[in-house]
Amino acid sequence: MTDPIVTHYGPKAYDDHPPFRYPDYKSTVKRSPEMDMVHIVQTLSETSGPGPAWAEVAEEDADLTTNAGTGGEAIGERIIVTGRVLDENGEPLPGTLLEIWQANACGGYSHWRETAFPAPLDPNFLGVGQCITDEEGVYRFTTIKPGPYPWGNHPNAWRPAHIHFSLMGPAWGSRLVTQLYFQGDPLLPLDPIYNGVPAHSRERLIAAYDHDVTVENWALGWRWDIVLRGSAATPFEEDH
Amino acid sequence: MAEHGETPSQTVGPYFSMRLGGAGQNVLAEAGVPGERIRIEGTVLDGDGVHIEDALIEIWQANAGGRYRHPDDIRGEIALDDGFVGFGRAETEFATGGYWFETIKPGPVPDAEGEFQAPHINVVVQARGMLTPVFTRIYFSDEDEANRQDQVLNQVPRERRHTLVARLDEASRDPSVYRFDVVFQGGGETVFFDF
Repeated sequence: MTDPIVTHYGPKAYDDHPPFRYPDYKSTVKRSPEMDMVHIVQTLSETSGPGPAWAEVAEEDADLTTNAGTGGEAIGERIIVTGRVLDENGEPLPGTLLEIWQANACGGYSHWRETAFPAPLDPNFLGVGQCITDEEGVYRFTTIKPGPYPWGNHPNAWRPAHIHFSLMGPAWGSRLVTQLYFQGDPLLPLDPIYNGVPAHSRERLIAAYDHDVTVENWALGWRWDIVLRGSAATPFEEDH
Repeated sequence: MAEHGETPSQTVGPYFSMRLGGAGQNVLAEAGVPGERIRIEGTVLDGDGVHIEDALIEIWQANAGGRYRHPDDIRGEIALDDGFVGFGRAETEFATGGYWFETIKPGPVPDAEGEFQAPHINVVVQARGMLTPVFTRIYFSDEDEANRQDQVLNQVPRERRHTLVARLDEASRDPSVYRFDVVFQGGGETVFFDF
């Protein structure tokens, strides 16, 4: 019968991603599969996905400095974070929803979960936002630079400043949740979550300061592109 | 292609529910959406059999007619249903590691050869303590015949297939309740897919 799949995806680049088990990040030890994954042939279930439909029902909410709806502005270093969402072939992915969440300028999350870290909360900052890429695959958030915060993984452990990013992408297999880090953060070499990424691909998580993005008298600019698993390159040509 | 390598995955961490998996995202079908109403419930368990209190479960499925709401599903002869995207999210309950979804039973979708697959729901699981997501599927215990023919299930070692089959609670009616646990390690480790 004819192949009902419209878009085939290349193999996931597992070697570019962190392993399931990375003992320096202690919680991975009991939360990682022990058996090998089972390889399956892609079907429409894997090559479709909620990304396009989910982006259609989403509303832009890309200014985290004001979206608490209090009429007030979040406190902290105002920044712009922008970049492009591409697939592995370098093609921009328009209409892609990015959902983000982050700590406030003091390293506190507006979440009910208790923590021993006494970071003040900012009533004018929720720390969540979303944005949909334009025709060139460009997204743009205005937010506050998040503060570092301690966690219990090992003695005196501190997470580098980061913003959580979630993208559904065009297909189920392109689902990505990741974290943006900031160029020059001295905590990066000490962080087992960042270091869980193989050395050759780790720097892909680092946003670069970009003076062209910086807006005079307003906000510093950071640039970070995101690359999602893409469709398999041009199908193999038959020999003639 | 080196300059366009995949952006690596990172953990969702403990605070993802600020954005992902909040209230209401685990109910997929509005009233009036065609199909058999079902409820899926389960627990996410770590390598010690202890519940995972901060996991994110996301599901993606076809509607009752077997159509995905996606541009690549070009079978225009099967209608899409208003009020049904086919995507849901749940965070596990902090105290129990339990999750649930209310949805409709998906219809059959084609496999790679154009034959029908058994009804199934696609699942991705992430959590604090996971640097990379895992993908699996939910099949249904009352679809024995279709499950036996299913191309994907037949790629799974026979003795592990049961980890992908949600068990119908025979006493349940409207919605039918199915139980599907996600188990990370040990003898009952859930099958996770690479595709």
